[in-house]
Amino acid sequence: MRARAYLSRVAEVRTPVFLDCSSGEPLLPEAREAWVLAASSGWGDPQRLHRSGRLAAQALDSARERVAAHVGARPDEVVLTGPLAPAAQAAVAGLTLGRRRVGDVVVTSSVEHSAVLGAAAAYGRHVAVGVDRLGRLDLAAWAEAVGRPGVALACLQVANHEVGTLQPYVAAADACRAAGVPLVLDVTTALGRIDTADLGGWSVLLGWAGAYGGPASVGFMVVRRGTRWRAPFPADDHQHGRWPGVVDVPAVWSAVAALDVVSTTREAVAARQRDLVDHLRREVGARVPDVDLAGDPVDRAPHLLTFSALYVDGETLTLELDRAGFAVASGSACSASSEHPSHVLAAMGALTHGNVRLGLTRTTTEAEVDRFLDVLPGVVAEIRGRLGAA
Amino acid sequence: MSTPPDEPGAGVDLTLDCTGQRCPRPIIAIARAIGSVPVGGRVELLADDPATAPDLAAWCRMRGQELVSSAAPRFVVRRLG
Repeated sequence: MRARAYLSRVAEVRTPVFLDCSSGEPLLPEAREAWVLAASSGWGDPQRLHRSGRLAAQALDSARERVAAHVGARPDEVVLTGPLAPAAQAAVAGLTLGRRRVGDVVVTSSVEHSAVLGAAAAYGRHVAVGVDRLGRLDLAAWAEAVGRPGVALACLQVANHEVGTLQPYVAAADACRAAGVPLVLDVTTALGRIDTADLGGWSVLLGWAGAYGGPASVGFMVVRRGTRWRAPFPADDHQHGRWPGVVDVPAVWSAVAALDVVSTTREAVAARQRDLVDHLRREVGARVPDVDLAGDPVDRAPHLLTFSALYVDGETLTLELDRAGFAVASGSACSASSEHPSHVLAAMGALTHGNVRLGLTRTTTEAEVDRFLDVLPGVVAEIRGRLGAA
Repeated sequence: MSTPPDEPGAGVDLTLDCTGQRCPRPIIAIARAIGSVPVGGRVELLADDPATAPDLAAWCRMRGQELVSSAAPRFVVRRLG
């Protein structure tokens, strides 16, 4: 009975409309099936010579081939990692090691994921290049920063994880190449959502399966041949010493199953999400007074929309929307684990309080979006009234 | 005796002390008070919440007011309209 009560509560918890895809798509059914199949197949340690070991090694080879095809790389350049934070740390630390004779400056945009900013600050002298009101990199300042002496590496995202704005990653890579500086390209928010087969002249590429509906434990670090990257940890027998420890074969199999699904359906899903976000952007601006819409309305990742309502606090807004049946994220202070507001919104000059970050799932419907639009104006007005700002 | 120009309260028409208040309260306070100074007048806002700097700049942009100075915990806004 107790188990049944728990399950019915879980079912209740799952009922809200889930619009919090900015930090990760829920696991795809195909990914779950692939995991179960791989976990039940009796695959062994891919290091071993016995049959089940060889089958596991073949599965990993196939996974590397498929990841490589999705990002325009060679299979032997693909390293299977954990989530973005340790992968970013390995990328930055490994390049600062390989380039220590050149210098220790790490150039990033000011709107990178906090995992990338954290790695840059930990392993080098961090220089952050600013963005415009849409959150787009200042290319001239970038070229100047990477062209100075002493730069070990630069890091840039393909699309911003909060506001969706696409960065000028090809031109930024050209500036790096002209300066002889390796570029770490964070493709996390774009993978499976835009065409990633030719992303320009990057040296190291970072991706994370949790962002597109694979397991959260799997990521990729793709190191182009000839890149001066040195493993920043003691070498072991796994993956030629490029990532320490055993590989979770069923999780990797699940991650590439999800990548295959999102890539096959990418154009149709992205077109639908693009229309829904256009609709949301228009209607939020029309129905809620004093709202600040963030990010590029056109040149963006298809599934994200971020906006802020004046005179509302993000924590109350998130909780009231949750009570109304909508799970959303917020970049306002106090609404997450931090006392500080989103560094992305602050760098863009966007309003940081009253912030709502929507990330549509692959299955978000027009009816769900319309229900959100019906509920939002009343929730905002009620909170403004409570704060005496109506 | 006049107040030195760098001191709080110098050359402003109104001072709002929102020290210790979390955003959006300091922004709500200035929104309610800005109409009480003449156009061209200055409001000084004292606020130590880390969101005040970006949010006051965004509020001025959205509301067509001028952010004269932003040096936490002291901010000065000029009423333009």
